[in-house]
Amino acid sequence: MIEFQLDTASGVATYLQLVQQVHQALQLGLLEPGDQLPTAQQVVGKLAINPNTVLKAYRDLEREGLVQPRPGMGTFVIRSLPGTDPATLNRFLATLTDWLGSARAAGLGPDDIEAIYRTAIRNYFAEGVA
Amino acid sequence: MIRFAALQFRTQSAVALGALAVTAVVLGLTGPHIVHLYDTTVATCGADGDCSSATATFLSSYRLLQDLGNVVIVLRAIIGIFWGAPLVAHELETGTHRLVWTQSVTRTRWIAVKLGLVGLASMAVAGLFSLMMTWWSSPFDRVSMNQFPVFSERGIVPIGYAAFAFALGVAVGVIIRRTLPAMATALVGFVVARVAVTIWVRPNLEAPVHLTSALHMTSGMGFNQTNNGPISVVGGHAGDWVFSDRIVDGAGHAVGGNFLDQGACLQSRGSAACTGRLREVLVYQPASRYWAFQSYEMAIFLGLAVICGAFCVWWMRRRIS
Amino acid sequence: MTAALETNGLGKRYGRRWALHDCTLSIPTGKVVGLVGPNGAGKTTLLHLAVGLMAPTSGTILVLGAGPGEGPAQLARVGFVAQDTPTYAGLSIAKHLRMGAWLNPSWDGDLAKRRIEQLGLDPRQKTGSLSGGQRAQVALTLAIAKRPELLLLDEPVAALDPLARREFLQSLMEVVAEHGVTIVLSSHLVADLERVSDFLVVLVTSHVQLAGDVGALLASHYRLSGLRRDPSGLPANQQVIEESHTDKQSTLLVRSDGPILDPAWTVKPVTLDDLVLAYMGQARDTEHDPQQGLNVIR
Repeated sequence: MIEFQLDTASGVATYLQLVQQVHQALQLGLLEPGDQLPTAQQVVGKLAINPNTVLKAYRDLEREGLVQPRPGMGTFVIRSLPGTDPATLNRFLATLTDWLGSARAAGLGPDDIEAIYRTAIRNYFAEGVA
Repeated sequence: MIRFAALQFRTQSAVALGALAVTAVVLGLTGPHIVHLYDTTVATCGADGDCSSATATFLSSYRLLQDLGNVVIVLRAIIGIFWGAPLVAHELETGTHRLVWTQSVTRTRWIAVKLGLVGLASMAVAGLFSLMMTWWSSPFDRVSMNQFPVFSERGIVPIGYAAFAFALGVAVGVIIRRTLPAMATALVGFVVARVAVTIWVRPNLEAPVHLTSALHMTSGMGFNQTNNGPISVVGGHAGDWVFSDRIVDGAGHAVGGNFLDQGACLQSRGSAACTGRLREVLVYQPASRYWAFQSYEMAIFLGLAVICGAFCVWWMRRRIS
Repeated sequence: MTAALETNGLGKRYGRRWALHDCTLSIPTGKVVGLVGPNGAGKTTLLHLAVGLMAPTSGTILVLGAGPGEGPAQLARVGFVAQDTPTYAGLSIAKHLRMGAWLNPSWDGDLAKRRIEQLGLDPRQKTGSLSGGQRAQVALTLAIAKRPELLLLDEPVAALDPLARREFLQSLMEVVAEHGVTIVLSSHLVADLERVSDFLVVLVTSHVQLAGDVGALLASHYRLSGLRRDPSGLPANQQVIEESHTDKQSTLLVRSDGPILDPAWTVKPVTLDDLVLAYMGQARDTEHDPQQGLNVIR
């Protein structure tokens, strides 16, 4: 059974983090159809978050057709996510590695690189607010 | 709620039971010997002639226990305050009222059960002590023939005192909300009430009897004479509670000074020439009223206890935080 | 649906001081409600009024549709954990559970025993010798085992170390997941409430400053930053909660019914922490200018 983590500093809503972690687990093969997701009670017993948050995340996953609740038994995975094509992943890994090389050559340290990366992610995925 | 109140009370009840047991043992061991002493010295003294020294000796035996017994009976009313003052005040001091008043029992029921349970226990303990003490002291009391001076330490009034001490303790604790100041205040209040009732109320529970009679000299009589004041009689009314016992002349004026040491009386006090025109004016409560007085005074203190208890219940309903 | 807690103009005065004033709230059932505010703001007063330990000076309060503390049936529906989690120091945990069984007709003895076992506590131990965190867990067990519909907790984790605090909140959330109890949890630390609340009430200087669903609150507040300008030019449906200006830049925290469309602003979401601080700051300013007041967002 997978275990959820919570990143309180990321600015991403808790329920979204849970959804994303399920997506990642499906892509990495940690979750397969037939596996049971942790119960809301188990999740909140570890993370100390509101159970409604977990239920909301599971409802979103159900809407996406990835999981299905079985009354009295729990929530189960019914579909796997198509993993991203390994060739595509490798292509972007290569691009990023080149970029890292240029950044280092320009004198950026790991902290600078991390800050740039986080800002870019936040701006790009949060732009939908306005 | 009754079971929980009993649970909270377990230490105090154990102490009280222990003290009762110790008392029972001590009194039980010494009691029969006292009866034996009485039977052998005082009961038979008439035949030997001189009762006064026999009774004096008897009365001085076990003196320590007698005094201790009277002290204990006084203390035992104060135990009521020790049980009463923390009943509510301690819960308020430690904040446990926020725990127990948010269970599913209303505050009214909570205070009513605690008042009832611990109040009845106070009364029972006081009653048992008094019963044992009255039984144990009966030979002494029979000899000294004065029951009114030990009124507070015998019979049923200690039950009333205990009930009042307890209820007063709880009521003061409810108002002051801190245990030690409540104990001190309740103690003062209790003493004031006891003193007030003893001095002003008890003598007048029934109207005292005024009896004017011809003066009869008896062997037990003595006289208190002051130079210019009235002569009062001492002794001679066993078991009664005498307020005043004066000698007056035929016109009702006090006979003063050394009348009894002059003239006809000097020769023979018992002669008609001495006492013929004298009257004895006795103001007293007769011995027959002893148990009535016990009942009245117990009822007074029980009534005060009920008032204190009702106050506590009323106060509880007012939602103190 | 009956509100878990409904107040109207509720006030409580001690002598001259109003501990709580003009409090109008409607807290829905099925939520975990965070009641936040600085010390002395009136949180404890509100909770004590809700459990019937106190009677109001003015206004009305209804808990689950009935008066607080009125009768054993109402008392059974509401559980309470008071500040500093008072227990009878001389009684063991087991005796406390017996108290619960005797004083609560709806007592679930198995649940209580199970929780104490899971917590690894020895039932024979006297509560006076427990640590703060352990005592808080015992108090929570007592409140939960009577199976209330509503559970009120007055700063239960304020005096606990971080680990005990986390364990308590984990326990509490498990209870919500298992039993669906409505919870009202007060704290002067927003961080505690951020993880667990889905409804927030901000209480400052005895007044309700903000009350609403956390999701709705976060969705309707934005942080705007841009070139320095006068905020009075903002559209009518946008209300400035907090503003700060440098010579070149203005940063505002605004509440808005709709999205911010002005392209001159950089718009960012607001954290719950920032939100509460902003309203607390506004409360301080409101003390000098009573025109501003209650902000309620459903």
